[in-house]
Parts: sequence; C-alpha cells; structure tokens
Amino acid sequence: MKLNSLALSISSALMLISCSKEAPPPPSVTAAPPPLVVKLGHAAPLTGPQAHLGKDNENGARLAIADANARKPRIGGRDVVFELLSEDDQADPKQGTLVAQKFVDAKVNGVIGHLNSGTTIPASKIYADAGLPQISPSATNPQYTLQGFKTAFRVMANDVQQGRVLGDYAAKQLKAGTVAIIDDKTAYGEGLAKEFKKAAEADGVRIVAEEHTDDKAVDFAAILTKVKSKKPDLLFYGGMDAQAGPMAAQMKKLGLKSKFLMGDGGCTVEFAKLAGDAAEGHYCSLPGVPLDKMPGGVAFRDHYKAMFNTDIQLYAPYVYDAVMVMIDAMKRADSVEPAKYRAELPKTAYAGVTSMISFDEKGDIKDGAVTLYQFRGGIKEPLETIGASPTAAVPAPAAAPAKPAEKK
Amino acid sequence: MDTFVQQIINGLTLGSIYALVALGYTMVYGILGLINFAHGEVVMIGALTALAVIKPLAGAGLPWPLAVLAGVAAAIAACMALGFVIERVAYRPLRNAPRLAPLITAIGVSMVLQQLAMIIWGRNYHSFPQLLPATPRAIGGAQITDLQIMIVAVAILMMAGLALLVNRTRLGRAMRATAENPQIAGLMGVDANHIVSLTFVIGSALAAVAGVMVSANYGIAHYNMGFILGLKAFTAAVLGGIGNLTGAMLGGILLGLIEALGAGYIGDLTGGFLGSDYQDVFAFFVLIVVLIFRPSGLMGEKVSERA
Repeated sequence: MKLNSLALSISSALMLISCSKEAPPPPSVTAAPPPLVVKLGHAAPLTGPQAHLGKDNENGARLAIADANARKPRIGGRDVVFELLSEDDQADPKQGTLVAQKFVDAKVNGVIGHLNSGTTIPASKIYADAGLPQISPSATNPQYTLQGFKTAFRVMANDVQQGRVLGDYAAKQLKAGTVAIIDDKTAYGEGLAKEFKKAAEADGVRIVAEEHTDDKAVDFAAILTKVKSKKPDLLFYGGMDAQAGPMAAQMKKLGLKSKFLMGDGGCTVEFAKLAGDAAEGHYCSLPGVPLDKMPGGVAFRDHYKAMFNTDIQLYAPYVYDAVMVMIDAMKRADSVEPAKYRAELPKTAYAGVTSMISFDEKGDIKDGAVTLYQFRGGIKEPLETIGASPTAAVPAPAAAPAKPAEKK
Repeated sequence: MDTFVQQIINGLTLGSIYALVALGYTMVYGILGLINFAHGEVVMIGALTALAVIKPLAGAGLPWPLAVLAGVAAAIAACMALGFVIERVAYRPLRNAPRLAPLITAIGVSMVLQQLAMIIWGRNYHSFPQLLPATPRAIGGAQITDLQIMIVAVAILMMAGLALLVNRTRLGRAMRATAENPQIAGLMGVDANHIVSLTFVIGSALAAVAGVMVSANYGIAHYNMGFILGLKAFTAAVLGGIGNLTGAMLGGILLGLIEALGAGYIGDLTGGFLGSDYQDVFAFFVLIVVLIFRPSGLMGEKVSERA
C-alpha cells in the first residue's frame, strides 16, 4: 500500500497551499530611518482536525503583534516593527520539525508555539540548537521543559500539575471508585492520561479499563462498549474536543452513564456544540483561571471579538501573553538578538492577560493554577480553581490591551 | 453477552457506512480501472451542503422532515454536479494516459476540494442535527438507535438498487460492456463517455447520501472528514474485491466488524499486551492475509490484464 507516501505528498502540498496565504502587514511609516523589522514565528495546526484551535492561536498572536506595534516600540535605539510569520504544522510532529527548520532558516527572532505537545517537543530541539527562544502557549506535556534546553518556555501549567488536580478531583470530589481511561495516543493525550492515572491510583481509585483511539477518529462505539462492560464510575479522556464531543454523544447512545472528565483539550465551546445535550453535566479542566477572573480577561475577550469578529476558542489569551512576554524580554535586554534577550526571559515578571507570568528554573510557569469546569446548558461553568496564587492582585493596567477596540 | 451483541451492532453500523462509501470506489474502478481518491471528499461536500441547507430551512420554521428532505436533495444535486465536473476536468483528458497520471489528478482533486470546503465552511467543526430521535432502543441488553437501523437499511437498499441497475437494465448492460472493453462497446453503439459520466454521477449521488448518514450518525461535519473515511472505504473495497458491488458491501461490513471486535477484544485476548490502539493494525492484518490468499479480494473475479 502506498498510503504513507500518499499522505506525505498530500501533506506537503497542503503546506504549500497554506504557506502563501497571508501577506505580512505593511510596516508603518513613521520615522525617517526605516524601522527594524523583527520577525516572530508562530506555529500551530491551521489545517486538519485542529485547525479551529490553531487559527485561534494565530489570532491571539496577531492581536498581540498589532497591540505591540501600536505602542511604537523602540529597542536598541531604533524603531522596531514586529511581524508575524505564521506556519501550519498540521499537529504533525514531522511537519513541526520542518516548520521549525524553516523558522531557523528565515532567521526569525523568536518562536511562539507550537500548539500541541507532539509538535512542540521535537521542534524544541531545533530551536535549542539554533539558540532561538521558544514560548509555547499551550503544550502541556512535562517532557517539553525537562530536556534541559535554555530556550524552552511555556506560559501554561503542565500536565503533571493538571493531571494531579484531575486525579484528585475524580477521587475526592466526584467520589469515583472505579475509573476507565481513554487517550488519543498523542504526546498530550497520553501524557495527561498517565499523570491522571498516577494521581488517581495514589488516591485509591481502581483503573478498570485503559483504551486508546487517535486524534482523527469519530467512531468510539467499540471502545465505549468495552468500557461500559467494566461499569466504571467515571470515564477520563485525554485528547482534544473534536473527539471528546462525538465521544460524549456516543456514550449517551450506548447508555453509558459514567461521569465524563477531560483535560484542557476538550474544555471548549466546540465540545458542548458537538456533544449537544450529551455534554450536560460533564467535567473538564483548564490550566489557569477562568477568562472572567483573569486580570485582563474581559477586556481581552472584547478586544479579540472586535478585531476578528469571532469568539475565543481556547488558548488565544495564552498566545497573546506568550508574545508579550517575549517582547518584554527584548525590551529589557534592549536587543532583539536571540542570544542577548534569551538571558532576560528567565527573569520575566510580566503582568499578563492570563496571570502574573514568571518562570521557574526549567522554563515552566510558576504557580500554574488549574480550574475545573462543568458543562451546564451548553456552557462551561467554573467550579473551583486549584493551586491559584494570589495573582489577581497584580496591577491590571499593564495587562489591558493597548487599542481599546477602535474598530467598533 | 450483551457486550458482544453491542459490538456486533457497532460493527454493523460502522461497516454499513464503509460499505456505502466503498460502493462509489468500486463502481468507478469497475468501469474505468481508476481509483477515484476524491470520492471521500465528495462525501464530505455532500454532508456540508446538506447541513448548509437544513440549518436555515429548519431555522425559518419549515417542518423538520421537509427541511431534511430538501437538504438531502440539495446534497445529491450538488454532488452529482460535482462528480460530473470532476470526471470531465480531471479524468477524461487523461483517459488514455499512463495509469499513474489519473491517480495523481485524483489526489489533486481531493486536495482542491478539501481546501475549497475549508474556505467555504471554515475550519470549525459543525454540529450536525439529529435526523431521527437518538433515544436508543434496547435489544437484548444492547442499544441501537433508529438512525443506526436506517443506515444499515439504506446501505442494503442502495446495494440492491445498484445491483438491479447494473444487471437488469439497458444502462447496466452498457456499463458492463464499457467495463469489459470500451472500444468494442463503442463499436456496438455505446457512448462510452456518456456511460462514464453517468457512473460518476450515480457514484456521487451515493456519496451524498453516505455523507448525510455519516454526519447525522456522529453529529459532526468538518472539511477534513472525508479523508480517513475515504481511506477506510477504499480498504473495504479492496478487501471485498474492488470492482465488485457485492464485494464492496461485504468488505465494508467485514471491516466494520473486524474493527469493532478488534477494539473490543484484542486487549482481553492478549492479556492486555496489545490494546485497542491496535484495531487498525488488526484490520490491515486481516486485509493482508486475505490478499495473500485471494489477491483480487474476497469476491473479486480474476480480471484479465486490463485493470
């Protein structure tokens, strides 16, 4: 079967199509010497099953760059204008490394991304070799920052933190004695499921089934039927919303009445839309605090809506902060050279939209909070936030977007 | 025991969906010896077109069954037109080219359609409305929904209809003649171009129906949904013997059953050594075994060296 080479040729052709789509914004003409153009790379899946999340990430980055440029930044005594170089990694680890190499060859000054853990981890090696700082807004697999790279940072709590919260919550709050686990075999889904299992077992929960699917599947009837025969109190899914939604709907059709719990990948409005009334009462978690409770959350939501005329899917505020943290480090170093501003990144103390951002010695965000949600009537309602530091006390003005919705 | 019955039901539903799509592959292959890789994308266009029609109509207060009928009709019309255009633009100019050339244009068409759908319908997942009430009926401890029963019924009806068309009508005879030898068929007064166009149009109409059924069953429609489905259906067609209509049906149902039972029982049979992630491996293993012993598939006849 030539399926492999077929898939490859299709994916490379898709990349060609999606690359040439968006022209960079024209640099603003202000001072007499032309401003220094600083390119920031952004990588996320813009095609394929997770394209909706990838586009959301890209929008977050575009918004941040527009805001940063509106402030007429000066770095190293020169006017600078930031420019986004957005690439599609298709949530595919192979494609992720190609995109990473492309960024290095294009001499970008920093990279925001990738969206998935599966692409972020292999790409981080390429960035580390090139000395190029990378801030991932949403890769939560612990492995990413455990490789010892000085260039790898993230602005979201990792899966050790999230998995522990989820496992404890299942055992203590949801009182699950028996649990079935399904994951999508990606670095994210499998990683989160592993951490969840560890935490749940430590709390005395019995794991009655461990099943696997993939991140392109739509039919889960067979594994759900097997899960049903084990009669678990709770089903945990490690994976993304595009699978979790149909999975919840199929649970209902099969008469599987366990509670359903997911991590951040399924914690979207898309999940509720796809599952329909089968979403009712299910639980999920998101690193960070609810958008309403973020220091600049409400303002950010309005700002985003005004700019793109669509709602935030999931990670956009984190992407926004990731860009701003990188620019902040450049300003403090007074240089856009990766070698120079990289040293400033570990010293970050930035009041972002999502929280106060500072990094530990590995590059993980300090005091990452995790919030649990329950779906009620098609919307996710925050239940409680665990591990939150008192970050809401940070001065909000710095986090408020620079352009208050002038397009309206 | 009820778990086993449930897995059989799961497999039958999944298999019927594969079979519906596989019929399109096998029809085109039977006549042209061409694998129309864009067929999965036609299924996707059918689903999204139906959705685009059903939502506003139902929103405007049209009774539900009428809106669904209008949606299905629109999907069939759109897909028939699409099938006609695809054949005309991408395959006919290459009818006498080496066999690799139309395969490549097929992949090209598949990509163009995906990107086009992405531009029209966006990257977001669309939730597809329930066509029939989703409350499951209990049969001996297993659950089955009305829609699942309908999917199996429609698949069987379509196959029977196609078999009648091919074996009992004048058009069918022309199709078989063209399949056997287009030149001689032409000499006998069969317009081969016309027959090939018709084959694509009929196959695309089936794809439209399949698209609506698939989306309704899973409650989801997305520009990317046709790719994996097409690949699986193609596998089913090969398993059953590509070019053979009954074979496509049998291959689809078998593949569905293998996947469901594989996912359900591999773990228990191997003592947890292999898990449900091996369901695809298992399905392809069965395919390989079948092809070793029956290179032209389960129902495939020995075809002379034309295809």
